[in-house]
Amino acid sequence: MSLAPQPGRQLPLLNEMNRYFWISGATGRLQVLRCGDCGTWIHPYAGLCPKCRSGKLAPEAVSGRGTVVGYTVNQHPWQPDVPVPYVVALVELEEQSNIRLLTNLPGCPIDAVHIGMAVEVCFEDHGDVYVPQFQPRSAA
Amino acid sequence: MSRYLEKTVAVTGVGMSEINRNTSVYPFLLAVDACRKAIADAGLKPEDIDGATCWPASLDGVGEGFHAAAISDIHATLGLKLNWYSSGEGAGQFGGINNAIAAVAAGYANHVLCWRALGQRYPDPTGGPAEPERLIGWRSWSAPYWAPSAVTWVSLHASVHMNRYGITREQMSAIPITLRRNAGLNPAAIYKDPLSFDQYMEARMISWPHCLYDCDVPCNGATAVIISRLDAAKDMPHKPVRFEAVGSAAYDRMDTWWARNDFPHMIMHDAAAGMWKRTDLKPKDVGSAHLYDGFTYLTMLWLEALGFCKEGEVGAFIEGGQRISIDGELPVNTNGGQLSEGRLHAFGHLHEAVVQLRGDAGARQVKDLKVSVAGVGGGGFGGALMLTNQT
Ligand SMILES: [Zn+2]
Repeated sequence: MSLAPQPGRQLPLLNEMNRYFWISGATGRLQVLRCGDCGTWIHPYAGLCPKCRSGKLAPEAVSGRGTVVGYTVNQHPWQPDVPVPYVVALVELEEQSNIRLLTNLPGCPIDAVHIGMAVEVCFEDHGDVYVPQFQPRSAA
Repeated sequence: MSRYLEKTVAVTGVGMSEINRNTSVYPFLLAVDACRKAIADAGLKPEDIDGATCWPASLDGVGEGFHAAAISDIHATLGLKLNWYSSGEGAGQFGGINNAIAAVAAGYANHVLCWRALGQRYPDPTGGPAEPERLIGWRSWSAPYWAPSAVTWVSLHASVHMNRYGITREQMSAIPITLRRNAGLNPAAIYKDPLSFDQYMEARMISWPHCLYDCDVPCNGATAVIISRLDAAKDMPHKPVRFEAVGSAAYDRMDTWWARNDFPHMIMHDAAAGMWKRTDLKPKDVGSAHLYDGFTYLTMLWLEALGFCKEGEVGAFIEGGQRISIDGELPVNTNGGQLSEGRLHAFGHLHEAVVQLRGDAGARQVKDLKVSVAGVGGGGFGGALMLTNQT
């Protein structure tokens, strides 16, 4: 599913190292780089597989399921166009524990956020960039 | 362990400018002041300085903001004749210091002037660099999520650690409160008035669990040190403070804050492990710790990473503040740290370690001090140094 674009998103410059990730949302399936030889998932981009040094790397769709492993409630207005408070959380993908992605947990009340929460990917559509976000799995 | 050549290198001079929150002095001139004081403190003249480093690499002629003094500008101002110089990245903000130690050990230079100069409270006449329309590098992964500040990144780690081990904000408060008490004994500190527990608990939250008092104090100021051969140091005015071990390791992914296999560990766990490999000394031998306090949780993680307490036990270790007080078993940030003295990017911590090891810290002097540790940085960027007055 697609989320409406929120204000204050500073977007990445797309290049050969990150494009596959940020355009994942066009297909609705999150893509992460994976080693074709040993199966290690790699994020962010690396030039070789850090485990077996294979160069056979390609983006591959992941389940999009993960778990909140850490979060903060941000109260300081760093960006005038972004209302506070808001959550910044870290999600570990179920595929591999060191593949960790940020999210603001859109649609999830701050009081309901907790470590261990099961979440699923969704995407915020900014035209050429789809910002991956996560929502509670039951609500997705 | 004599093969580790940092043990042949010493700090022979230190200098610090005024540290301020106003705009009375152009930041570059603070750097010049700190450098002149350090050279004089070492009993040297500018013509004796044959090496220079700073952190970070700075553009010529900026003179303010994050890069207040480039090597070329200090070179021009002091009329230096350098056999060797270097700036740039390394083990956190100690990158330049580590380069200087290695250069002296290798014989590239005899006396290296090293500095960090900040003018973060000085208005940038250009209004600062324009925000690019699209981001590259590390920020391109964090800024899309309204997380432009390191306090948010540190807080994410803190939440994992607190949840796993039951560490509380009440325990955390011991760091800013104790450091503020130390700052009361440091005439150079920006904030010297005591901070009460209630003030701390009622303070404006920035990014939970970090409130205003858990965030360091942006300032204008400069710190400089002279790094020399230990054999030369023996004929210089002050008791030399020798490097015992350098910790500059990076054993896991450092390009992001959360791709490590052992998350929520940070690079400080590698830097500390690397440092301990280079010395026979143990945590119980350390008499004072000067640990990065850009945000309170970084200091707590440094205490665990360095092995002063076990993983998960830092809450109990610091609780109430007695253990980390100047008369406690491990005094921490005796100058008030960046939370109260001001954000001098770890050069304030190094300066304080040297002053303490010389026995020149006055009202805040740690008794019978022989060995100190300084740790800087967090996330994927950090380093550690062990220093001693036992030569
Ligand atoms: Zn592989």
